[in-house]
Amino acid sequence: MPPNAEASGAAGLSVAVLVSIGRHPLTARTRRADQDARAVEMALNMKGAAISLVHAGQHDSDHEEAIRGYLGMGIDEVRLLEQGPQSDVVPALTDALRDSSPQMVLTGTRAETGEASGMVPYLLAETLGWPVINGLAAVESVEKGVATVLQALPRGKRRRLRVRLPAIATVDTSAPAARQSAFGPARRGELDVQALASETDESLAQWQIQPARKRPKRLKVIKSSSARDRFKAAAAKSDGGGGQTLSDVTPEQGAEAIFKLLREEGVLR
Amino acid sequence: MLDILLPILLFAALALAVIGAVRRLRLWRQGRPSPVPVMKGLLQVPRRYLVDLHHIVDRDKYISKTHVATAGGFVLAALMAIVVHGFGLDSAILAWVLLAATISMFVGSLFVAKRRSPPPQRLSKGPWMRLPKSLMAFSVGMFMVTLPTAGILPADAGGWLIALVLAAVVTWGLGEMFFGMTWGGPMKHAFAGALHLAWHRRPERFSDRKGGEHRSTGLKALDLEDSSKSLGVEKPTDFTWNQLLGFDACVQCGRCEAMCPAFAAGQPLNPKKLIQDMVIGMAGGTDGNYHGSPYPGKPVGEHGGSPNGPIVPREGRALVDAETLWSCTTCRACVEECPMMIEHVDAIVDMRRFLTLEHGNTPNKGAEVLDNLIATDNPGGFDPDSRLHWAADLNLPLMADKKEADVLLWLGDGVFDMRNQRTLRSLIKVLRAAGVDFAVLGNEERDSGDVARRLGDEATFQALAKRNIRTMSQYRFSRIVTCDPHSFHVLKNEYGELGTSEMPSSYEVYHHSTFINELVKAEQLTFKAWKGGSVTYHDPCYLGRYNGEYEAPRDVLRALGIEVQEMARSGYRSRCCGGGGGAPITDIPGKQRIPDMRMGDVRETGADTVAVGCPQCTAMLEGVVEPRADIKDIAELVADALLADAPAEKGASKGATQTERNVEEVTS
Ligand code: SF4
Ligand code: SF4
Repeated sequence: MPPNAEASGAAGLSVAVLVSIGRHPLTARTRRADQDARAVEMALNMKGAAISLVHAGQHDSDHEEAIRGYLGMGIDEVRLLEQGPQSDVVPALTDALRDSSPQMVLTGTRAETGEASGMVPYLLAETLGWPVINGLAAVESVEKGVATVLQALPRGKRRRLRVRLPAIATVDTSAPAARQSAFGPARRGELDVQALASETDESLAQWQIQPARKRPKRLKVIKSSSARDRFKAAAAKSDGGGGQTLSDVTPEQGAEAIFKLLREEGVLR
Repeated sequence: MLDILLPILLFAALALAVIGAVRRLRLWRQGRPSPVPVMKGLLQVPRRYLVDLHHIVDRDKYISKTHVATAGGFVLAALMAIVVHGFGLDSAILAWVLLAATISMFVGSLFVAKRRSPPPQRLSKGPWMRLPKSLMAFSVGMFMVTLPTAGILPADAGGWLIALVLAAVVTWGLGEMFFGMTWGGPMKHAFAGALHLAWHRRPERFSDRKGGEHRSTGLKALDLEDSSKSLGVEKPTDFTWNQLLGFDACVQCGRCEAMCPAFAAGQPLNPKKLIQDMVIGMAGGTDGNYHGSPYPGKPVGEHGGSPNGPIVPREGRALVDAETLWSCTTCRACVEECPMMIEHVDAIVDMRRFLTLEHGNTPNKGAEVLDNLIATDNPGGFDPDSRLHWAADLNLPLMADKKEADVLLWLGDGVFDMRNQRTLRSLIKVLRAAGVDFAVLGNEERDSGDVARRLGDEATFQALAKRNIRTMSQYRFSRIVTCDPHSFHVLKNEYGELGTSEMPSSYEVYHHSTFINELVKAEQLTFKAWKGGSVTYHDPCYLGRYNGEYEAPRDVLRALGIEVQEMARSGYRSRCCGGGGGAPITDIPGKQRIPDMRMGDVRETGADTVAVGCPQCTAMLEGVVEPRADIKDIAELVADALLADAPAEKGASKGATQTERNVEEVTS
């Protein structure tokens, strides 16, 4: 656990954690999702914060067991916004967050089941008009409605950010690992089930979902007589090449640069 | 004057003893309920004491003879004293009996004193050091005051002064023996011990006139249905009342301490101190008055608790530190050795259950292993569909295809371990050579739940066990054979409780050494002459102490032409390899490693090879740095010695016809 994992000044802060159903990569058994569990862990480490867990999805035994995984971390209750299968959970979550108006919303970067596009936090931020931080590594302090947080960047780098609350932050595997889920509290914890109208996601309904297959990696054959070169080639991290770091630019310039890149890569046409 | 004083003293001491006894009973009754046959138990105390308990005490001849003289003398002397001096029955014969009893007691107390000068490390000091003197005071005092009654001296011999001195000595003796017995003195062990024998939580441990084996080693299932109760033991009063009674019976002899591998390795565990801590918790207080060896690395005097206070708090210190509980390998050496038949392992697992199921605090790799067991049915997190990859070339018969076989071969999680795969290959070679009709569950097999249960995760254990039981209920087989003593123990002794009437779960389970031994006896295997070097044999705890199988592996080795060079600690005193109870997973540091110590035992025999019968032992012992003896599983030794032209497939068809699913209770 990194230093500062225990945020100071979080007393009285209300934190909502959005949790989803995880799936084990080998056996596909449902369980708590790793990143969401890390988000819960981060919330639990904010001393004195009022934590509420929210899940939008179906209410069946399989899902319930996975949700109980979060309860086992020492949480008393999870709000379960009941939704039909294949529905778009964003509207339900938006309404719930608007009503409960937490100061901070934590969640995993992407779900392990369903669409798993990682878009939910961004869509929520958009409709609520809140800022989004990704790769949250630690909440250092909260003072007068402003949180100082550490954001994880690739290769172990950290960036300190100050963000005005309310805000949404996503957590990935650079956040501290979640604590063990204990059977006793998991069983005793309560599910506060609220049946809500669900909006079916029309496009999702048309998708065909199948297990992902690992794509074979093309081997780069290094023709070199020196063992050292061959080893270096085999051990080298494929670096993306290209790219540039922009600093001290206006948001417009930044957006322009991203837009240009997306166009070049053919993501936007 | 003495004839007035003596009855007063005697009855005063007895009355105080009764008050103390009631108080003590109330301390025990704070525990959770546990029904026992009260009268039947009490009636069995003499037999349980004279046969079962004496059997254990007798492993130390010196103390057993001393105890017979002292305790026998005391019980007789006390009864006679009440009759002769208490009720003033003027019988010279009884007085002579009383004299003889006090002499016996006095002689015994001389030997008690001798053992304690100086006291060995494992014995407690403090009040225990005065015990031999108190025994002498009682016996000498009683002897002297009885002389007139026996007609040896005139009634008024000696005058006032002597009478006063005698009265003082007798008071001291009575104080220790009667008052101290129920008010927490060293003699408490006699009172609590007798009742512990009467109301023991595992009455199956005691023999009866019919003979047979009396062993009870399976952990008791936790009721998971009632979701209102907190799971496991959080505070002393969460133990059952007869467990508390058991703790109170401890005589602080330290035999458990002397045998405990974790204690010897310098890990922070001492089973004797642990039991004393439970007594402290039950009565409330600190361990400042404990006078034995501490937990290695933890000074005495810093811990304390109360009947309703936590034993292991979430933060800070209370009665016991969590690492003490996680140091135990559940090897049962302490239970095997304890003359008071106290159940240390039950208590440790009860407390672990709370830490895992309620606190979610299984140390080190514990949480990861448990998560893996939940998600993939094996502790390593391997793909459960790859269980048979190691045997791709062996063409193993699957239960799913055959539906029935004579032998269900339980492979265990060793299938994922390259070292254990060699053992399994050897075992299959042996079974094929003997023409055994067997089949495996393959990918349908799951972890037996052993590790989950010892780590306190009863929920995962029961989930795994129930699914295994359901799988096995689809097939017909007459017995299970496995090369893993942990699976063996769990299948044999711990699954039974979880079955239902539609899905009975009592199986006839064989460790591979027992099964191979039967094949050898039936002359289904023929061996070449042994040409290797000298061999010693390491008894796995879960095969030996847990299940009493000491002979079959040795028989097999003998059949191979091997003369086993026994280690000093073998058989029921075998030292654990350090691999049980999830200890390698929780990995509590000590001063040295348990497998290194065990390898030291092997080295002393000068053996080139150590024969083992457990995948855990193999892994732990092979982890010791070279130079050391080679480690070979019994199955490997047998497979290597097989003659090439073994009797071909002769039992194969025979087995299939006689397969009858065994649903009877296995009584052994
Ligand atoms: S079971 Fe073994 S390790 Fe545990 S306390 Fe007893 S002797 Fe020590
Ligand atoms: S627990 Fe048993 S073996 Fe250990 S000190 Fe007490 S009486 Fe002796």
